[in-house]
Amino acid sequence: MSGRSGTNPGPDPDPDSDPNPDLESDSAPDDPPLSDAFVDEWAISNIVTTLVPLLVALSALQMGSGTVLESFEDQLLENPSLLVLVPVMIGTAGNLGSIMCARMSTQLHLGTLEFSPANPNVRANVGAVYGLAATVFVLLGFASWGIGRALGGTLGLVPLLIITIVSGMLLATWVVIVSSVSVYASYRLGYDPDDTTIPVVTNVCDITGVLILFGVVWVVLGL
Amino acid sequence: MRGYDTAFDVYRQALPVILVSLVAGLFAGTLLGTETMRNGIESVPGLLLLLPAFLATRGGVYGSLGARLSSGLHQGLIEPSFEWNGRLRNAVLASFINGMVVSVFIAVLAYVVLLALGRSGSLLELVLILTIAGFLSAFTMLGVLLTVMFKGYRRGLDPDNVIGPVVTTVGDVFGVIFLLVAVAITGVVL
Repeated sequence: MSGRSGTNPGPDPDPDSDPNPDLESDSAPDDPPLSDAFVDEWAISNIVTTLVPLLVALSALQMGSGTVLESFEDQLLENPSLLVLVPVMIGTAGNLGSIMCARMSTQLHLGTLEFSPANPNVRANVGAVYGLAATVFVLLGFASWGIGRALGGTLGLVPLLIITIVSGMLLATWVVIVSSVSVYASYRLGYDPDDTTIPVVTNVCDITGVLILFGVVWVVLGL
Repeated sequence: MRGYDTAFDVYRQALPVILVSLVAGLFAGTLLGTETMRNGIESVPGLLLLLPAFLATRGGVYGSLGARLSSGLHQGLIEPSFEWNGRLRNAVLASFINGMVVSVFIAVLAYVVLLALGRSGSLLELVLILTIAGFLSAFTMLGVLLTVMFKGYRRGLDPDNVIGPVVTTVGDVFGVIFLLVAVAITGVVL
């Protein structure tokens, strides 16, 4: 099949074939029902009522990780290094989750994905997530130690590296599990994983990222 | 040719974005760890509680505005310039309203959770802080997002590829900065 045949516009390529050219061209620039439909989709009330419930639900979920932060307030204030970790942990968790989901749903659409550990795409996705997590969290260990020192903290390099690497590897494992399960569930339930998985997985990973981080902090520092 | 990317291909493609978000996160984290911010966290009960929700909704509000404007540009529904016309104005006003409504909601919710945890807090203080921080970050995010998208689009960049990193990076950094500013202002006012 030639590449061009797919790009042919389907209907209405020839304006002369129109049965009513004058009427059509007169009303075309400001065709009322059409522009009404477009403006409606861009209406303020429409955008607000679609998004606010989602955002409200999202912020209610995020109170989960907020509660964890709040309960570690004393340790966080005492060790600025731990505060430095928080935004990176949240951001990286969501990023890894969205990379994993975006790749898996594309591969699903292309028909190159099977839910099996022997599948080369599955191996590549999982390998990449672990590689990215290892890179980011080793760098994060050194950076948070340096920044924490500059801000007057006393937490040592070794405990910080243990915290970042252990929580990073746990996070990568968790991202792989959550993404695979949600892409698979979405596929089984007949939803397009492009639409459903990324918002769910990025938020779930953001929240659990904080839980994992402070679980590891709790164990390592013996708080 | 292989029909799939190896783990290393994927790693190499994703690394730049991940590293940019690492640097932005470290910057936001450093601001959080400063003496001023730690004093703020100590003096305002509930600030840590609402932090993840506040940062996450920046992404939700302005990420979806970015996605909408990007589709609008691709469909030719809006022009890549600051014309205060119907659709662009609607989208910008709507995300401003979204940002403010959700910010106030987060403040109220944080107050309720504080009470549920058996802690005390000031509802007025939390609402004031989030109103100020939401307002300041709305202006900044809208300015940065529109500038980057329109300039990028005119130079041939696909806005779809720009929104994600811009929103997360700018959103986290400015979210923390404006939270800090709002705590300072509220401290003076109350």
